Amino acid sequence: MISRRKFLQAGATGALAVLGARQLFAEPQADTNACASVLVDLTRCIGCRACENACRVRAGFGPLPTAAIGYGAGDGKLSFHTRTFIDFRNGGTNLKQPVKRQCMHCVDPACVSVCPVAALEKTATGPVVYHENICIGCRYCILACPFSVPKYEWDNALMPRVGKCDFCADRQAKDQSPACVAACPTGALKFGKRGGLLQEAKARLDSQPNRYTSIYGEDIVGGTSWIYVSDTAPEELGFPPGLPNVPLPSLTWKAISKLPFVVIGVGLILSAIVRWRTRNGMEQP
Amino acid sequence: MNEFNWILALFRIVGVLAMMSAAGFVCWLLSGRQSPKHISGIFGWSLLIVLWGLGGYAFTSRYALGLGAVTNLSDQFPWGIWKALVVCGIAFAAGGFLTACMVYIFRIRTFYPILRPVVLAAYLGYMLSASGALLVDLGRYHQIWRPIFYWQHHSVLFEVSWCVMLYTGVLSVEFAPIVLDRFGWKRISRFVHAITVPFVICGVILSTLHQSSLGSLFLIVPNKLLPLWYTPLLPIFFFLSALISGFAMAIFVSALTFWIFHKPLEPRVLTSLAKGMTPLLFIYLFLRIADLTARNAWMYIFRCPLQGFTFTLEMLLLTLPLFVVLRTRWSGRRRWAFAAAIPVILGVNLNRLNVAWIGLLPATGSNYFPSWIEITIVLNLLSFGVVLFGMAARYLPLFEHPDIGGHHALGITADATAIGPMEVSGHV
Repeated sequence: MISRRKFLQAGATGALAVLGARQLFAEPQADTNACASVLVDLTRCIGCRACENACRVRAGFGPLPTAAIGYGAGDGKLSFHTRTFIDFRNGGTNLKQPVKRQCMHCVDPACVSVCPVAALEKTATGPVVYHENICIGCRYCILACPFSVPKYEWDNALMPRVGKCDFCADRQAKDQSPACVAACPTGALKFGKRGGLLQEAKARLDSQPNRYTSIYGEDIVGGTSWIYVSDTAPEELGFPPGLPNVPLPSLTWKAISKLPFVVIGVGLILSAIVRWRTRNGMEQP
Repeated sequence: MNEFNWILALFRIVGVLAMMSAAGFVCWLLSGRQSPKHISGIFGWSLLIVLWGLGGYAFTSRYALGLGAVTNLSDQFPWGIWKALVVCGIAFAAGGFLTACMVYIFRIRTFYPILRPVVLAAYLGYMLSASGALLVDLGRYHQIWRPIFYWQHHSVLFEVSWCVMLYTGVLSVEFAPIVLDRFGWKRISRFVHAITVPFVICGVILSTLHQSSLGSLFLIVPNKLLPLWYTPLLPIFFFLSALISGFAMAIFVSALTFWIFHKPLEPRVLTSLAKGMTPLLFIYLFLRIADLTARNAWMYIFRCPLQGFTFTLEMLLLTLPLFVVLRTRWSGRRRWAFAAAIPVILGVNLNRLNVAWIGLLPATGSNYFPSWIEITIVLNLLSFGVVLFGMAARYLPLFEHPDIGGHHALGITADATAIGPMEVSGHV
């Protein structure tokens, strides 16, 4: 029989353990308004693909092949070697609004939360970067990304890497804007802080309601660092349907945060059962 | 380039020959160190030799050429049949923690005889479906140890990998007496007996965590997994169905092994397991149906034909055994207990395939189907399990009853665990 004193002691220890675990599991939140961010004004995009070319050069894949230059040309999808591209939607003859695609650099990124070894990192200044020397190649980030951004080096047999836009974190560290922004000739891309750019986006929508009708990236999956303003509804711009306005990691966290309670609960119940079943010698059949 | 191809060809030939001769050797050991006598024996030998020969080609190709060349995986569909095998195999191996819990925690004597075969099957299930499949699936399989040192506690996969690592250790402790008894190492055996109960408790905790976490893996894809399966309750459903699968797997493994190796087994063992499974099946199906209704997700059965079909099949497979178990005329017969376990195992595995593969197809716009190399490697891993189980049954004291606690732990006399004469009532 457990005495009351012992029971209280065990209870207090358990409560302390839970509190300690919660403390450990709580994360400091970075100031999202101060994060690096880009405002994409699709009404100003002319589909010249200078951003695409600049990205390839900066990432070390060389400039766009001559055959692939021009309005409406190109692979039309992200890949390990294509960290950004202009999505001409229908392509070919029936050309619609060109939309720049790249990593959205979510405020609370799903890829970072799922990586079992922390090979993906949301840096304090905003970029979501990939540490290729830590990666184990589980490809959970590729599955988890709501925008299907991370791509895999499928043909590398020994050390395959994940390829994604890193927001030119190295250039940002030197106070330069990302290569794509620097290459944009029309001002469709504007580099700044997320808080300020969001305000500007809203101001543009307010002052020119005929020119702008939608803003994308403020609330979706808890907010992204790349914010789009345009005259077209986000679904028609090819953004994935069915995404919630809460950060995706919060969906998983609801389950993981119960972990300490499961450990303590199941442990106590099973220990009690063992005591009960072995109380008077051995079991009944 | 030419030289590389030569090396690849050589690598493949060596792989195929090594695997084929290993298959031959294993068959020779399994048939009691003699060549096959009957036509069924010859068939079995050639089947395994061919399968492992193809496996030699498949494994060497995967490691020489990488994932892109040998699988149908793509950026659109990055998790394929190998990841699904991890998810399925761990659910199948749930019988291990369940039986250990009933034997060491609840001390239900009925289940003592099946403890060793079921724990062994679970051990092999974890080794081959979790570690084995991950060793071919991970892009950097040689970095598989990394989660030990690189922590990221927000990741479900991190939690699962730790739980699986620790639980494999627990299973080793539960499995150790079989090996120790074989070699008569009494002192270590006594020590292992003494620490078994705390280890079993840890094992149940770890299993609760990672069985449910396998469901949590897919909480992050609300826009990719079809609403027929995506629900915030995924971890609870995965845990419940793992328990159900654990009962079914215990029935399946014990019935099959005792039958194949001509050992007597009380009918009560199987029927009690089937009875334990029934209420859980009821709760599970009720929750699934209530959840689907609450989320108004039924219409997706008609919206996506393939997914509607696999969903219906999954539900039918899980409902079917209820009819078997609930008929009083049948419920006492062990062949019916066995018959109830088969659709449950198929149903739970189909559920895992639906969540990890088929239910992800529509939203990702993919039509992924595994390549022949992917399928061959899956079949190879499964055959490794069967062969290792057969070897253990032949060379280890698998059918002796464990000395639960014995006189070393918990102050219990050894003869309390002795079991009376068992009925020999023919085959299953």
